[in-house]
Amino acid sequence: MVDVTPADAVPPAEVGEVELYHPHSWWTKYVFSQDAKVIAVQYSATATAIGLVALVLSWLMRLQLGFPGTFDFITPQAYYQFITVHGMIMVIYLLTALFLGGFGNYLIPLMVGARDMVFPYVNMLSYWVYLLAVLVLVSSFFAPGGPTGAGWTLYPPQAIMSGTPGGQDWGIILMLSSLILFIIGFTMGGLNYVVTVLQGRTRGMTLMRLPLTVWGIFTATVMALLAFPALFVACVMMLLDRLLGTSFFMPALVEMGEQSQHNGGSPILFQHLFWFFGHPEVYIVALPAFGIVSDLISTHARKNIFGYRMMVWAIIAIGALSFVVWAHHMYVSGMNPYFGFFFATTTLIIAVPTAIKVYNWVLTLWRGDIHLTIPMLFALAFIVTFINGGLTGLFLGNVVVDVPLSDTMFVVAHFHMVMGVAPILVIFGAIYHWYPKVTGRMLDETLGRFHFWVTFLGAYLIFFPMHYLGLMGVPRRYAELTDMNIMTESAHHLNSFISIMAFIVGFAQMVFLFNLIWSIRHGREAGGNPWRATTLEWQTPQTPPAHGNFGKELPIVYRWAYDYSVPGAKEDFIPQNVPGSFGLGPSREPA
Amino acid sequence: MAIVLVLVLIVVGSVLFHFLSPWWWTPIASNWDYIDHTIIITFWITGIVFAAVVLFMAYCVFRFRHREGNRAAYEPENKRLESWLMIVTAAGVTALLVPGLFVWSRFVTVPSDATAIEVVAQQWQWSFRLPGKDGKLGTSDTRDVTADNPLGVAPKDPHGQDDILVEAADLHLQVGKPVKVLLRSIDVLHDFYIPEFRAKMDMIPGSVTYFWFTPTRTGTFQVLCAELCGQGHPLMHGVVVVDTEQDYLAWLGQQQTFAQLSAPKQTGSANQPPAKTSGLDVAAKLETLEAR
Repeated sequence: MVDVTPADAVPPAEVGEVELYHPHSWWTKYVFSQDAKVIAVQYSATATAIGLVALVLSWLMRLQLGFPGTFDFITPQAYYQFITVHGMIMVIYLLTALFLGGFGNYLIPLMVGARDMVFPYVNMLSYWVYLLAVLVLVSSFFAPGGPTGAGWTLYPPQAIMSGTPGGQDWGIILMLSSLILFIIGFTMGGLNYVVTVLQGRTRGMTLMRLPLTVWGIFTATVMALLAFPALFVACVMMLLDRLLGTSFFMPALVEMGEQSQHNGGSPILFQHLFWFFGHPEVYIVALPAFGIVSDLISTHARKNIFGYRMMVWAIIAIGALSFVVWAHHMYVSGMNPYFGFFFATTTLIIAVPTAIKVYNWVLTLWRGDIHLTIPMLFALAFIVTFINGGLTGLFLGNVVVDVPLSDTMFVVAHFHMVMGVAPILVIFGAIYHWYPKVTGRMLDETLGRFHFWVTFLGAYLIFFPMHYLGLMGVPRRYAELTDMNIMTESAHHLNSFISIMAFIVGFAQMVFLFNLIWSIRHGREAGGNPWRATTLEWQTPQTPPAHGNFGKELPIVYRWAYDYSVPGAKEDFIPQNVPGSFGLGPSREPA
Repeated sequence: MAIVLVLVLIVVGSVLFHFLSPWWWTPIASNWDYIDHTIIITFWITGIVFAAVVLFMAYCVFRFRHREGNRAAYEPENKRLESWLMIVTAAGVTALLVPGLFVWSRFVTVPSDATAIEVVAQQWQWSFRLPGKDGKLGTSDTRDVTADNPLGVAPKDPHGQDDILVEAADLHLQVGKPVKVLLRSIDVLHDFYIPEFRAKMDMIPGSVTYFWFTPTRTGTFQVLCAELCGQGHPLMHGVVVVDTEQDYLAWLGQQQTFAQLSAPKQTGSANQPPAKTSGLDVAAKLETLEAR
């Protein structure tokens, strides 16, 4: 274990001071900026904007499910386009981009004590390619035939066939192109995040002194760099199948009553490639949330995170294991059923490190000094929804239990709870937490509490009952739930209720957006460290931090990130850059 | 403090909802009550964990909320507690996995007395094929699919001639007889799903997939497609009727074999309307869909 005494806590810097590119004009300062903090805001704003599109799409599909037959413009084609683009935006263009491009860019350099990312120019390019990917995706709404309606999993053969919206039009081509662009853009950013964490840390910032936020984002980025290439090749191959008539994923089949020209391809191969990316993707979204929520809980409970080293190893174990569980998405895909034994076992093993993280969050609260600030409320709500969604994962991961539940609303409820609601609650908590650093002002407290309660309770009321529709057997991805013998009248009423809750929760997000904009000018002044936190981003000489982050001298780190309520210390927190013999970390007894 | 109350209410409310709400699985009609038992075990274990952790959290928030002069404890690690929690969790996970894998091994082991029947999916309807007098299904190939041979039964295979074809109509099964369902698609992915039977499996063009079950009560059951297969997906319903032996044999007697169906039509004339929906008339189906 890393055990550094204060004397050798100041190893030589691994990277010397670098001359940053300083902007010369408004354009290079705010638009084509190479400052990771500006890029972070650009990423976040773009992700939020496209996220609003996804929110509206979810309303439209809930209109159809809650009040079937009422809205003529929601045809089956339109419905499938809505669910496809909603899912794709939420998973890729919102969650991945916001956690890694947004929080990663803002927090990594500040938290590790670097002036900027190590490759600022490539970092800037990353954002602009991401923006292009988003624009290509949006353009599919205006293309002939509209966006693809193949479902976010884009399973061939139907994804590129005429029975699916956009299959033989522009939709699928634009979708695949957009994904390819996204992956290119992400790779540029991702390499930056990894190298910055490994090479750009300030003096004294050992790996075992990194805040868990950085550990979460770092591990997620490494995973994304390994997982996205699988999606990349799958997209390229499907584009070739669609445009050049190759047969990577297309077997001999009948389309529109005609024998197709395809022969010998494997639809299952696509599913393996997709989920080799798709399962790690769940943790690419979850691990940054795990990291961030650890820091929120620790800071607002004024207590060190419980079992820091176990938390780090749990993140790494989850990251590694998540590469050997992908086929649990395919138990009923028709793959060799004996795979089920292996993948059910690996999947349930992953529950152990995940459960440890949950225990450690809760044990951090034990004997804490819990301030029920808005970030803390969101963190608590995250724990509830994450436990709920994690436990239903034990149903779906246990191969034979998955058989009746697969492809039902149970799955929809599960993954929304665990990778939709839970990480988004962390995002909200994180925004309330770091907004004062980004803007220098606090978000409005009253609006914030309203936003919290409606979002948390509303989301729970949407997704908790939905599991029971799935248990009843109601399939997912049904544009019409008419003539369904298994559905009772009351099940349709439940659907209407879920839809109404969805509109209410969506409305609360408008209040949040208003708060974000209004508080930039009218929020209470925050000062440099309003939460009295220990990590380096709160120790910057200016708030918001200037280009270069730390003024003339980079901070020197003497301790871990969790010296809260150290016995004998005057204040209930000791920043990482304060020398002294109190606290210092998990590997030594407190003085 | 509202959060403490809400956390407790979430646990109590979720448990009450579980036991009191009218939304539950459909009455089972196959031998897979093993799966239902495994789900019940899972509900108990996960439910207890959920209630315990959330209630403990609520207690912590109540007990250790900030008050003037409070100070948190400083306890970075507790190796013993962490090890214990890990062991207890691993035990809980094992308690879920072992029965799960046990039932799965039954699921993948088809009994030797199961009758093989075939389900063929296409956008957006179900057809079925039963072995004829020789007890064997003939081979098939998507390349053999034509308007007159919509299931792609190999025309030259003698085993296929007496196969009974049920094109876009109801399938009947005999109660108490295990069946091995062979699944085939001639266009995109589909999934043969009857909620009351609990089992389901995707069908993949170019492959034959399977699962098995024994119908345990008579009745009429709705077939749903459970894998997105294009815009007609939600309307791709079918019917499986589970009969007593007598009713089943009566139904079987009325069905036609592949040889009968593919025999040259005696009364064919140019004026005659198309004899039967070939199942390949996608344009007509799309129109019906639009009309709905």
